[in-house]
Parts: sequence; structure tokens; C-alpha cells
Amino acid sequence: MPKAQVTFEDIGVTVTVPAGTRLIEVSEKVGAGLTYGCREGECGTCMMKIVSGSEHLAAPSVLEDQVLKDIYAGASNRLACQAQVLGGHVVVRPG
Amino acid sequence: MSAPVAVVPGQPVAIAADVHWVGALDPDLRQFDIILRTANGTSYNAYAVRGSAGVAVIDTVKAEFAADFFARLWACCRPDEIRAIVLNHLEPDHTGALPELLLAAPQARVYLSAAALKMLKGIVKDGVDESRLVVVDEDTRVDLGGRSLRFLYTPYLHWPDTQCTWVEEDGLLFSGDVFGCHFCDARLFNDRVGDFRFSFDYYYQHIMRPFREHVLSALDQIEPLPIRLVAPAHGPVLRDAPLSYVRRYRQLATPQLANEAGEREKTLLVFYISAYGNTARMAQAVRDGAEGVDGVRVSLYDLAGGDAAPFVDLIEEADGLVFGSPTINGDAVKPVWELLSSLTLVKVKGKFGAAFGSYGWSGEAVGLIEDRLRGLKLRVPRPGVKVKLIPTDEELAACTTLGRELAEHLVGRAAPRHIDFTAPGALVA
Repeated sequence: MPKAQVTFEDIGVTVTVPAGTRLIEVSEKVGAGLTYGCREGECGTCMMKIVSGSEHLAAPSVLEDQVLKDIYAGASNRLACQAQVLGGHVVVRPG
Repeated sequence: MSAPVAVVPGQPVAIAADVHWVGALDPDLRQFDIILRTANGTSYNAYAVRGSAGVAVIDTVKAEFAADFFARLWACCRPDEIRAIVLNHLEPDHTGALPELLLAAPQARVYLSAAALKMLKGIVKDGVDESRLVVVDEDTRVDLGGRSLRFLYTPYLHWPDTQCTWVEEDGLLFSGDVFGCHFCDARLFNDRVGDFRFSFDYYYQHIMRPFREHVLSALDQIEPLPIRLVAPAHGPVLRDAPLSYVRRYRQLATPQLANEAGEREKTLLVFYISAYGNTARMAQAVRDGAEGVDGVRVSLYDLAGGDAAPFVDLIEEADGLVFGSPTINGDAVKPVWELLSSLTLVKVKGKFGAAFGSYGWSGEAVGLIEDRLRGLKLRVPRPGVKVKLIPTDEELAACTTLGRELAEHLVGRAAPRHIDFTAPGALVA
């Protein structure tokens, strides 16, 4: 099974997950500070900062791109409910 | 002799030269949005701002009051004169007349925030011609001829869409719900109406307080403005000493209790309630564990001896929260839920949280509290401790460890952990 690693920097937890996992599927399980609203990529509540490894995330959809633009997100921001980790090691934190 | 009534049926009220209040009064309302009570009803304030090139309408009213709104609006302008409809806030009490206004003034463009744009389709079910919509930013300027509208980006006061509209030439701030209150008085102006100070503060405490950081950010933009009048979306129009209300907001948004911990200290509050002393002993062990971590000040509170309100003030300033509850009939006990349900009044997002408790035969309380803490958007990095009846020394040691580990999270010294979710079914569990 292809695997990926995600580190939730705000709580110092690293998880190993199957490649293709969305961060929303795991961040709440470990008690990380990523918070969710609609969970469908519309509200922008779960915006997070990619500290490193953004190249290991699936490219944002048109919907996610538009929401990030609407909420004045920076280049290193993604939505945790949408972002899918494809491999490697990604480090994230709220924000 | 009492002050003259400003609001009469069918007539707009001038609040500045060529600027009119065209809202509606709702004196009989006693409960607003389920969460607010009002002894004096409320008003839905909308405004018409005239320039030499046209009229801007700022917000509308609750749907039931649309007739009042249009009677006043058409008394001060023709539909074809409206060139701008400004939506400072899309909540239904301010957009109830919007669909009809859009039809009545098809030439008017709609100025709103990016967040409001996404909500608009939920308000105007038939949709709005996209060419009419203008998403504003700090550089947007709507020239009405002789006066112009600008917009302050003030989100989360108290919805994501909220913004303020500023008329620089006249010093008029159309603030939306900020500086508003539920206080209906036909004398309309703050120097004429009855004493509404309690309503003003009450409105802040129940509507704006959870967004305190956004309030402070908005005040940073508003305070430097040469304001001559504040026209909020509810309650009196603030024409006399308007800056005193801005200052009051600064006071209200400053924490109720000064943080007694030093700048380099983090604060951890441990709340518990105990039927037979078992959860109390666990609470003391959690406290002992946390106190062993340098840079953390720990406080222990028995919920049996306190009301929720002052604890909410403490929690607003704390960095970490731990709740201990026995399980009775499959649930945490009422005082714990009363406190947890009060936390929507303050911002707790991002604080660290944990739970513990003794139980007789099932022990659901700890998990339920953890779920609630996650729902409140706290970080819950460590699983809670559940103990069947009387805690052993080993179980008390687990409580001490929980306290220590949570305290280490507060000061950024938590040991890194690794969790493997690749085992079959691990992500489902």
C-alpha cells in the first residue's frame, strides 16, 4: 500500500496514512487544531498552512482555488477538508 | 416635555444632509435569533444615501417589514435613481426586502464582500444577474456624485460576510451590526432615546464577544476615522459623541479579567465535579501533573461551588482546559454541560483540552466531553482518563501523566508522537 506521512506541527504528532487520504480524515482523530465548518470546501474554515511538502498534495480543485481566493489565502494555504496527500511527508499547521 | 418622535409611518428620517433612515421599527419583539432577549424590541435600520449622480441603499429590513421600508424609501427617491445596493451583512433581518428591491431597481449594482457573495444565493433563491454584483475590497470606491462610498473589511462581526461602509466626505460610518443593539425607540437618535446602555453592552456580550479578536481588528481600522455619525443596523443612530461608542467597544473587547499569569506563563484550568470524591482525586492528580511543568500556572475548580458565568470569563483568557465528570446514566453531569454550553459566548478555538472522570459501569462522560471540546474547536491531543469507581495509584498516575502532557503541549515541549493509520480499518475506527 502506498503510504504518506503528515505532521501536525501544532501538536507534534506525525501520522502514517494510506496515500490518497484527505487530511480531514485524520486531523480530528489526533486532536490537531485544524477546525472544520461545512466540510465540503465552501466555507474556508479549515484553511491550513503547508509548512513543507506541498508538492505531495493533490492539486486544488477549481472550487478550492476559488474559496482560497475569496478568503484572501496565501500561496501556502490549503483547505484541510479538500487536500489529499499523495505520498512523501507533508507538515501542516492551522492558519 | 418628552423629545419628539422622529419615526412616523411612511416617512424617512434625515440623519444627515441627503442621507435618510429608511428602516423599520419592531417594538414588540422579545426574543431575537433564539439566543437574545430584548425588553425594548428592535429596529431594522436601512439607509438611503443620495449624491448628485444617484442613490445608494444600504441594507434592507426583515421581510415582514418590507412595506415599511419601501414606503420610506420611495418617499425619498425613485427606483430608477438607485445605482447602488450595499449589503453590509446578509442575515435575513437585513436582507428580507432585498429580492423585491433588486426587482424594483434593476439598474442598481450590488456591492458586497466576497464571503457575502457565496451567501447571496441562499437569500435570493431566484438568483441575481452576475453582472450586477460587485465584490468590494479596500480600494473599491462608489462615486455617488459629491460623496462616495468606501468599504472596510470587517469579517466575523458577527458573520463571515460582514463589512462596514464609510462615507468619507461626511464622516458617516454605516457599521452593520457593530455598535448596534436591540432597542426600539421611535426617537431614533442616541441623544433622544431612552437609556440603552445595557442593551448596547448586552448585544456585544452575546453577539460580538465570541469574535473578540475580529472586533479588535475592526476597531484598529475604525478608530482612526474622523467619524461624525455611526449608523448601525439595529438600535439608535449614534450622532451624539459617536466615538464614545467606539471606545466602549474597545473596553468591552478587552478581556473581562486581566490575565494574572506572566507573559511567559501559560494557564491551565481544571474543572471537576465529583459524587463520591473519586473524580475529585483524579482532578488533583491532573493538577499535580500539570504543576510539575515549568511555565504553567494551574487552577482547580469544583463546579459544585460555582456558577458558569465567572468561569466563562476565566476560560476566555486560559490556554488549556480540563474537565472532569463522573458518568451518571450514561452522560456527563449537568453542571459540566452548563459550563460547556456557555462557551459559545467566548472564543475557545485552538485552546488545548482534555477530559477525565470516574464511572460506575459504563463511563461515557469522558468521550462525550472530548467530543464537545472538539466541536468547540479545541485541540484535544491526549486521550482522556476513565477510571472505574475508585482510582488506584496507577490510575492516579495516569491522571498525573495526562496533566503533565497537556501542560507540556501548552509550553510547546510535548514529546513528538507517531501514529500509524495504515493498518486495515485504522482510519475507520
